[in-house]
Amino acid sequence: MTIAFAPSTVAARSSETRAMSFAFLAQIILILNSFVMLYPVVVMVFSAFKSTGEIFEHPFALPDFTQVQNFARVLGETSMPTYFLNSIVVTGVSILLILLLGTMAGYAVARYESRTNTVVLLFFLAGLMLPLKLAVIPLFILLRDLSLLDSRWSLIVTYTAIGLPSAVFIMAGFLRSLPSELEDAARIDGASEPRIMWSVMLPLARPPMAIAAIQNAVPIWNDFFFPLVFIQTDSAKTLPQGLTTFMGEYTTDWGMLFAGLTIAAAPITLLYIALSRQFIQGMTAGAVK
Amino acid sequence: MANVSIRDIKKSFGPVSIIKGVDVDIEDGEFVILVGPSGCGKSTLLRMIAGLEDITSGEIRIGPRVVNDVPPKDRDIAMVFQSYALYPHMTVAENMAFSLKLKGVPQAEQKKRVSDAATSLGLTPLLDRYPRQLSGGQRQRVAMGRAIVRDPQVFLFDEPLSNLDAKLRVAMRAEIKELHQRLKTTTIYVTHDQIEAMTMADKIVVMHDGVVEQIGAPLELYDRPANRFVAGFIGSPSMNFIDGHLDAGGLALPSGTVLPLQVRPALSSDNKLTYGIRPEHLELAAPGTAGAIPATVSVVEPTGADTTLIAKTEGGSVTAVLRERFHLKPGEAVALKPAIHKAHLFDSAGIRVSSN
Repeated sequence: MTIAFAPSTVAARSSETRAMSFAFLAQIILILNSFVMLYPVVVMVFSAFKSTGEIFEHPFALPDFTQVQNFARVLGETSMPTYFLNSIVVTGVSILLILLLGTMAGYAVARYESRTNTVVLLFFLAGLMLPLKLAVIPLFILLRDLSLLDSRWSLIVTYTAIGLPSAVFIMAGFLRSLPSELEDAARIDGASEPRIMWSVMLPLARPPMAIAAIQNAVPIWNDFFFPLVFIQTDSAKTLPQGLTTFMGEYTTDWGMLFAGLTIAAAPITLLYIALSRQFIQGMTAGAVK
Repeated sequence: MANVSIRDIKKSFGPVSIIKGVDVDIEDGEFVILVGPSGCGKSTLLRMIAGLEDITSGEIRIGPRVVNDVPPKDRDIAMVFQSYALYPHMTVAENMAFSLKLKGVPQAEQKKRVSDAATSLGLTPLLDRYPRQLSGGQRQRVAMGRAIVRDPQVFLFDEPLSNLDAKLRVAMRAEIKELHQRLKTTTIYVTHDQIEAMTMADKIVVMHDGVVEQIGAPLELYDRPANRFVAGFIGSPSMNFIDGHLDAGGLALPSGTVLPLQVRPALSSDNKLTYGIRPEHLELAAPGTAGAIPATVSVVEPTGADTTLIAKTEGGSVTAVLRERFHLKPGEAVALKPAIHKAHLFDSAGIRVSSN
């Protein structure tokens, strides 16, 4: 019996070893990757605590973290707080609108049987394929005619329009996967259509909403192009555009610039960390019942 | 509580006709089961009663009121779904209280009604759990609890037991029946399982291809099926059918065997008949016995209480359920003798010919 079993045991052991060494390799690759990803972030944060001279002398040295004068100057002497507030308002309102409209449209596309459904969905999908930057001139003219130019609203409506297609796509796909018996049950329990949406569907749709929120928030927060085209007034500028004012034609205060960048990068990083659980859940939704 | 009356109900999806004119009367407090093979329109009919599906033509009344255009929430019904359809993000208690909350019932009364229902179903220790933390049977019970708290005029069940394992299904079957006996609320229950229908119903509605084949009490359907479809659908294992024609001595089979008949039916055009006999109404006889069907043993399935014998005859395969234990080998020649007064006759259109 032992003889008969021996080969299979050996085979099992060797496949086990192989699986383990593969996992080990994967871990090493992931660790290296996180170094590559974190390196610029670390340099940015370190440099934010150094003067320009220090940055060029010891670029990789650990800074003295008590030296916060860069931050103090960025917040006190520049319009950074205004830019920051503008970025929060623009990103926040855009995301709210994208989620609100995207979920409502997604629900309608997913649930109500109508011939126009496919057309509506295709219309939104067409928006995914169109690089909106190509349409910047007609967009500029449109916003000018609507007297929205040079205001935060010009950015909000543009970002909402850009974000909606993917949000509708994600939400429609997810809501379609929810059993329709849930809605029937709610309908019999006496819920109105908006109530079904609000009390039954939305609480279940949190993971895809987190995905839609994050994958829209990051590009909106970082966007430089549309503010550059639409905004002239300093008081309406967002962070990426505002940060460019730190770069002088002849000299640049690198310490201040890095401090500004650190402040600019913080909220979205924190948002990602806060929502990452939902994000991962949403990505794997349906994989395990 | 209320009676439900369904008058000439039709339903079509586009050009496809799903329900082709159904009439059913359900008395106050009755337990009615709609049964039929999948695709027969039974679930659609239930959903029409619930108001989840439009009515193409006809009339549905709950109590004295025509409810054709009444939205589900105003029909005073409660429904238990096949997938239970519990709200995953609400606890058991919240699930059960949801309809009361929507109706604006005061908190204290909500709590009382939920706890009463929970007590009667043994759900009290589970009230704070989420549906995902419950077993299939417990979820089923919560779904029933959600229906009970509403105290509706009519309960609707849509194949509620089909997601449970066999043992639990038998237990829940008894529990639902007991619940009905206690609450005495009019209940309409859809299933494809004829055993569920036989064991639970006061009245069974057998549906097939969008029409009602027969309505009656369980044993009435078993004893006097109106046609070949009902005869084959009700009873397990299903009834044996053997084609033959009317002869001087009785019913002549193609093999030459003549089966005696209790009453000789009057036939109009052709003499073709189908002889129907339930497996439990066949008994084993020595080969060559007069009035017995000659057969060859093909499969023997002992179940303990009885033995199921599947045998080949010239008219096709025949199943017999034998009370006694026999030692039969496949290939052995036997004869199966039908109990004369238990035989059913159907004409070439499949309609019952009165014979007893």
